Amino acid sequence: MNDTISARAGGPLLDIRDLVVELPGPDGTPLRALDGVNLTVERGEIVGLAGESGSGKTMTALALLGLLPQGGTARGEMRVEGRDVLSMTPRQVRDLRGNKVAMVFQDPMTSLHPMLSVGKQLTEHLRHHKKLGKKAANARAAELLATVRIPDPEQALKRYPHQFSGGMRQRIAIAVALACDPDLLLADEPTTALDVTVQAGILRLLDRLRRENGLSVLIITHDLGVMSALADRVSVMYAGRIAETGPRAEVLRTPRHPYTRGLLDALPHPGAGTTALLPIPGSPPKLGLAPSGCAFHPRCPFAVDACAGDRPELLPLTEAHATACPVDPLADRTSPETETTEAGAR
Amino acid sequence: MNATPDASLVLRDLTVSYHSPGRPAVRAVAGVDLRVEPGQVVGLVGESGCGKSTLGKAAVGLLKPASGSVEFAGAPVTPLGLKPRPPAQRGLQMVFQDPYASLNPRRKIGEQISDAVVLSGGTRADGRALARELLDRVGLSAEFAERFPHEFSGGQRQRIAIARVLAADPSCIVADEPIAALDASAQASIANLLLDLARERGVGLLFISHDLSIVRQIADTVAVMYLGTVVESGPTDQVWDDPRHPYSRALISAVPRADGNGELPQDLPGDVPDPAFPPSGCRFHPRCPIAVDACADAEPEPTEFLPGRRAACSVLAPALLKIG
Repeated sequence: MNDTISARAGGPLLDIRDLVVELPGPDGTPLRALDGVNLTVERGEIVGLAGESGSGKTMTALALLGLLPQGGTARGEMRVEGRDVLSMTPRQVRDLRGNKVAMVFQDPMTSLHPMLSVGKQLTEHLRHHKKLGKKAANARAAELLATVRIPDPEQALKRYPHQFSGGMRQRIAIAVALACDPDLLLADEPTTALDVTVQAGILRLLDRLRRENGLSVLIITHDLGVMSALADRVSVMYAGRIAETGPRAEVLRTPRHPYTRGLLDALPHPGAGTTALLPIPGSPPKLGLAPSGCAFHPRCPFAVDACAGDRPELLPLTEAHATACPVDPLADRTSPETETTEAGAR
Repeated sequence: MNATPDASLVLRDLTVSYHSPGRPAVRAVAGVDLRVEPGQVVGLVGESGCGKSTLGKAAVGLLKPASGSVEFAGAPVTPLGLKPRPPAQRGLQMVFQDPYASLNPRRKIGEQISDAVVLSGGTRADGRALARELLDRVGLSAEFAERFPHEFSGGQRQRIAIARVLAADPSCIVADEPIAALDASAQASIANLLLDLARERGVGLLFISHDLSIVRQIADTVAVMYLGTVVESGPTDQVWDDPRHPYSRALISAVPRADGNGELPQDLPGDVPDPAFPPSGCRFHPRCPIAVDACADAEPEPTEFLPGRRAACSVLAPALLKIG
């Protein structure tokens, strides 16, 4: 009932609310991998999900596809076009995967089958999900390869993944993901394994697919440069929660969460010369061992005693920009850790 | 600076070839001149397959050059064989990309670090004492000496690998993608650790990486490699702010910047060609936006157009020399 109402209201394509994911620990007790994640993706929008490894970025995507590790459970709401994925039957989730939502992984060599020709991998989807005949499927497969700019698509269909370079393989993986015209593409570190020149090509391809085909993309990356190039909105995750979310320019230029600020400060700065980099001290908490209060407080240069007490909620600063930290890291108090960066940037 | 001024690593017209049956020899490094002086950080950048790892391996004697020479501290670097290397060459050490593969999983890390001391004639007890000291120096606890590699994270393992290298008291370190396998925050701290070695101990560092922004941050000079040749080299700031060779330009403008501007990085069409069949003339000409017909004929020589700055481009050469 609710489903039809929100679908008609033309809500976001993807709407995740209070998503909690628990994975079984070594002794069987559930450990929280995601702890109340909210995320939306509108039609034709590119949303970036940032954070260090282990922050829950990939887990969010896997939960959406019903691909959690063995024994993992998800609670909350995950709506695609208003339909709640968590209340779907396994069969319905399988139809969702591929037809509505598709995923591209970091390493195309492990997501493509090494023993099957590219054509076989593409037409399999088309024949199974779209019920196309052999000829029609082949024609469509060649068209898909042309879309992702693989030279000589007809010939490419007969070749095997190892015969292509890393960048070309990732283009083929994207073509496989696009085979059933999904509305939403989940791209998990799609360019991390690639050279910058090849990465630029893939980023341009994703942007073109959004402009020309209205594709929505959730791009998961730890690279804030990639985020800045491609995403309209950015959410930063830490220890299974959203630390900060907002429009790309606001989050990257005026970060309001110390963690976002730390990630940006850890990047090499143009003009800084041969100075040391400023990593965030320490490492993210291990699964199930998140500290009390704000999970970031042991690593935070702005932390006060109260940070170990109550867990800060994600509160709006403006209509679109929200942060889960009551302290403003850009306020008029320079921490010792940030002085060098600012001096270098001038 | 405690290293002697002549402890430089010098590559002269270095060529390294790979041979496989039924295929022409692949010249992975095709005539490179490079110099790493004590206390200097030299960044070597380029796309995968450009030959930068091959160059690194030849520089420490893990591969035999087909022609040209590698010299360290005034003596030729002999390719590693069954015999131990000459003691003079122990000052030249290498840090590998994958700390999971470069440490022995079945030996305690303290023992692995102390090997260098035993090899150079010291006692195991001396070695153990040094291992504890070095673990502390690379930012780990001395207590860790009794543990095995699997007990550590990737960043910690790379610190252990660096401690092991330091046990040989090196004056030059070749680091091949030392941070590529690590998490973003661990990347910065390992890069800082290597930079400190150069700054504080006067160790020369050849830092091989495909990550231009890290190289930009820590290297004094940078060499840009394409398909086995160095197309441009010079002081890092100058090359970064004002790259001249069309390939360096393309490479640098492909790096996305986290400035929130939403600008897509520039694309460089085409792939790196198969090094077994390199294009004739200038190896970059099929992908080059400013190539002319003559580029397919003659291989351009590196031209020094400003002190310390070289570029190998025959189209630009006349203009470069005039501006320079």
